[in-house]
Amino acid sequence: MELLIGQMFAGLSLGSVLLLAALGLSLTFGQMGVINMAHGEFIMAGAYTAFVVQQALGSAGVSLLLSLPAAFLVGGTMGLILEELLLKRMYHRPLDTLLVTFGVSLILQQMARDIFGAPSVDVRVPAWLQGNVELLGAPIPLTRLFILALALTCLAALALLLKATPLGRRIRAVVVNRDLAESSGISSRRTDQLTFFVGSGLAGIAGVAVTLIGSTSPYLGPNYIVDAFLVVVAGGIGQIKGAAIAAFALGVLQSVFEFSTTASIGKVLILAAIVIFLQVRPQGIFTLKTRSLA
Amino acid sequence: MSTDTIRRTTGGFAARLTSVRQSRTGVLAGFAAAAVLLLVAAPALLPVFSLGLLGKFLCFAIVAVGIGLAWGRGGMLTLGQGVFFGLGAYIMAMHMKLADAALFGGSGVPDFMALYGTGTVPGWWEPFRSPVVTVLAVVLVPGVVALILGLAIFKRRVKGAYFAILSQALAAAFAVLLIGQQATTGGSNGLSGFRSFFGFDLADPANKRMLYLLTAVVLLAVVAAARQLMHSRFGELLVAVRDQEERVRFLGYDPATVKTVVYVLAAVMAGVAGALFVPLVGIISPADVGVTPSIAFLIGVAIGGRSTVLGPVLGALGVAIAQTSLASSFPSFWVYFQGLLFVLVIGFLPGGLASLPAVLGRLRRKRNDDGGAARASAPATSAAPVPPAVPRAHPIHAAASPLAAVPAAAKEHRP
Amino acid sequence: MKVQSIKGAFIPVAVTALAAVLTGCGSQISDPAAAGQPSGGTESCVDTSGDSIKVGFLNSLSGTMAISETTVFDSLSLAAEEINADGGVLGKQLEVISEDGASEPTKFAERAGKLIQQDCTAAVFGGWTSSSRKAMLPVFESNDALLFYPVQYEGLESSENIFYTGATTNQQIIPALDYLAEQGTKTIFLVGSDYVFPRTANKIINAYAEAHGMEIVGEEYTPLGSTEFSTIVNKVRDSGADAVFNTLNGDSNVAFFRQYTSVGLTPDTMPVVSVSIAEEEVPGIGLENIEGQLTAWDYYQTLDTPANTAFVSAFKDKYGADRVTSDPMEAAYTSLYLWKEMVEKAGSFDVDKVQEAADGVSFEAPEGTVTVNGDNNHITKTPRIGKITSDGLIETVWEAPEAVEPDPYLENYDWASGLS
Repeated sequence: MELLIGQMFAGLSLGSVLLLAALGLSLTFGQMGVINMAHGEFIMAGAYTAFVVQQALGSAGVSLLLSLPAAFLVGGTMGLILEELLLKRMYHRPLDTLLVTFGVSLILQQMARDIFGAPSVDVRVPAWLQGNVELLGAPIPLTRLFILALALTCLAALALLLKATPLGRRIRAVVVNRDLAESSGISSRRTDQLTFFVGSGLAGIAGVAVTLIGSTSPYLGPNYIVDAFLVVVAGGIGQIKGAAIAAFALGVLQSVFEFSTTASIGKVLILAAIVIFLQVRPQGIFTLKTRSLA
Repeated sequence: MSTDTIRRTTGGFAARLTSVRQSRTGVLAGFAAAAVLLLVAAPALLPVFSLGLLGKFLCFAIVAVGIGLAWGRGGMLTLGQGVFFGLGAYIMAMHMKLADAALFGGSGVPDFMALYGTGTVPGWWEPFRSPVVTVLAVVLVPGVVALILGLAIFKRRVKGAYFAILSQALAAAFAVLLIGQQATTGGSNGLSGFRSFFGFDLADPANKRMLYLLTAVVLLAVVAAARQLMHSRFGELLVAVRDQEERVRFLGYDPATVKTVVYVLAAVMAGVAGALFVPLVGIISPADVGVTPSIAFLIGVAIGGRSTVLGPVLGALGVAIAQTSLASSFPSFWVYFQGLLFVLVIGFLPGGLASLPAVLGRLRRKRNDDGGAARASAPATSAAPVPPAVPRAHPIHAAASPLAAVPAAAKEHRP
Repeated sequence: MKVQSIKGAFIPVAVTALAAVLTGCGSQISDPAAAGQPSGGTESCVDTSGDSIKVGFLNSLSGTMAISETTVFDSLSLAAEEINADGGVLGKQLEVISEDGASEPTKFAERAGKLIQQDCTAAVFGGWTSSSRKAMLPVFESNDALLFYPVQYEGLESSENIFYTGATTNQQIIPALDYLAEQGTKTIFLVGSDYVFPRTANKIINAYAEAHGMEIVGEEYTPLGSTEFSTIVNKVRDSGADAVFNTLNGDSNVAFFRQYTSVGLTPDTMPVVSVSIAEEEVPGIGLENIEGQLTAWDYYQTLDTPANTAFVSAFKDKYGADRVTSDPMEAAYTSLYLWKEMVEKAGSFDVDKVQEAADGVSFEAPEGTVTVNGDNNHITKTPRIGKITSDGLIETVWEAPEAVEPDPYLENYDWASGLS
């Protein structure tokens, strides 16, 4: 029983990490069609932001809260630069964005190595997040609870942004029909920039979250990028709710697989499950109705 | 249609005609020159060690030809060629391990299995004792795997980014799977320590030269086959599928079949390259088949010119040589350089170096346009060929293919 | 038409090429015993005429392993500098040629070939992962060259062409188990990264446990670089084991210890013995997550020997006071000196003569006196269990009474007879 609860929470918790990593992608990839392989490095940038803020402030508690907005800005700014310098000329070549951003990710990794050194750095967990609470005998780590809450907050904020703000309306309009949106007076350039800023900023927030559970090193990004893309693909392009469901489903599934087999086989099974799932629903869980033939 | 696209289209078409006319003698001469260079000059001039390195690069070039077909011509960005490369390589490595064990070990069990496994050869290894089965499997296994995957993926009309990400996930899963089965695949160590290749002693420099020559011959054959395919009707159909899949479907062709055929071809090329890689390099490990090597295969193709015949080959060779000479002296510089290559080539020169003359020509024309507008109104005089270097850049590109001449009506059906 | 012309060109080219291939054939294997031997036509090209001698350093300076391997490169460089300042080897200055293994086994094999055949180095120092060593082994054997490998490893290997200056299993894993048994440990949980060292180590641990009345209550592997340990930590906690034996590699350790601590497991409730965490990994994991946990090595920076004091201060002088020294670094440092001793005993750089002279060569290393065992090319080492202290270093809490002879195939352990 104790183990069962522990495992269920492990699944949710893994799902929340996946969701944080994938939320930004569901904007940049889902809404804009850019396959940003450097998203993982934006996560890394967020993690290093947490490190720098902590070094500057000293106190782990305050610095964690401060580093969340700081990492959002850092990630967002990096995304904005990437969009402005490279991606804006490539919207008609989505596949090529994958390779360009892969190149960017190589450069960012090496930069992180040259700036912060190759060994992983220590971002301390604040005292109020150390330890755990007991739920029916199972220990629920506070860091995991925090990440879960953070993921749900980001999800809610993003949903609100898309549904209830003028920017959200513009984003959705551009996704459904770029030409029509432009002729209705929406500046698609500005919308693209803002979308990319928010999407990349979310990666920064994810980076702060992963410092609580894992290592902060230059090679942090690749650990998350493939999984994050799979979440977006399985969830359905342009679908925030799809990404959310897919993230938690994958998290729970992976925990189950890993528990009943081994971590390696669990990983393979997950990938197999996604391939099979896409056979059944090639467009993911939710499909955005557009007038394209594909 | 803007005047610009008209000019590009007609210019491209004219260029195609001239390039076809030029091709016969030019290509023949080029092919012969390459053959002499690879088969006579290189073995005569290079020491055994460098020749072995060159052989390894040629293996990457064989993979690149396949990627050029699938990605450059077919528009399928396959990030999982490492899987097929690995299948071919591991099949060959398993055979060599078994053959070595039979020759030297006495017990017939490869050394690593005795150390880390149960000490018995698992059933699925047994077929690869036979050299004939091995050679067949090197071609067939990657081919059949690609066939199944291709049918499953393309028939469901999974394409574009979805296909790219799925193929990447596949490479990741393949590497994890190989690492996890240490007792039967050597795990992260991979398979290494080979001493014989179909009965030939691998320590003998003469045999190393032979291996190199074999690889060079395979590369030449693959290049010739790729060129033949590109200039066939099927090749035109492939480009049409890349540029306007829906239109091809309306014409009664099944794009999924076209794509699958090319995907299988690319997979077989990667498999054969993998099989040659193993005796040349002496090791295959999961680090050579995962996500990163699979992407690394692409950069040479992109630099050389993804949709040309020779571009991928030259690009792959160039990158491999640059890496070997630069990476060791400046490891961190090389990473920046490699990253920049991806950014600059894909971002600003998507047609690769092969398109450089055309791009420069266009720039020059543009300058001329600005200077004297009158002369520029004669598009046919622009001699610089404009190959379909940028896939999907302009949907209208399909019109440059002969196919478009038939379905003039299709244009009205554009969504 | 153009298609035909290609074919027309292709066939003659192919025929000549095939002919070239067939005439180029070398020896077929008729006598298996002779094949694959160094006699295969590669003569050593080492140039011993000048007043310098080339040696090769082969470490991953890029890629995921660079974190660890650059430290080995640093201590090798220090040793080379010291030896040169001291008059070199046989009066010749060392000329170091450094190559990048790029964390890929294939690259290690290729670069090893270059260092031997193209650069003509007298010996090569480096390698870290088991896969890099396995990749290089055939290269060194077929070229009859020398490799000095400085990292603890899974044993079950001994090549004439490799000198192993890190611990083999009976100098690290088994002493750690002895220590646990001494502490009254009855149940052990095994956690490792999915590659050859953890799997082989755990095979040995299983055999040991069976023979010594211990129980292995769980055995889990994660893919290299994995950072998700919720499930494994749950399993560990649920098992109620007395101790955890940790063979995780690299950054996985950071994630593992963070998540281990967060479910309330401590060194007091369930100690973890790690065999891949050295001084330089401690800061990244975070002291609060790992203080008080155990490690098993043969060297710690805190060792109080004259040789170590000199080594540590020389290292800090060269690379900065904030740098630490670790077991693999010390083993690498020692390896260069051992080669020097061997060469000077042999009076020659010739590989055969060095191999002949190797047995019994000893060196006053920072970890204590080490002696080469010529039967298996390993060295004697003194196993030590350490505890991570509040200042981020590791202090010795247990030490073998004397240096332990290397036994890579565990031939002197009855319970291990079924292992290889």
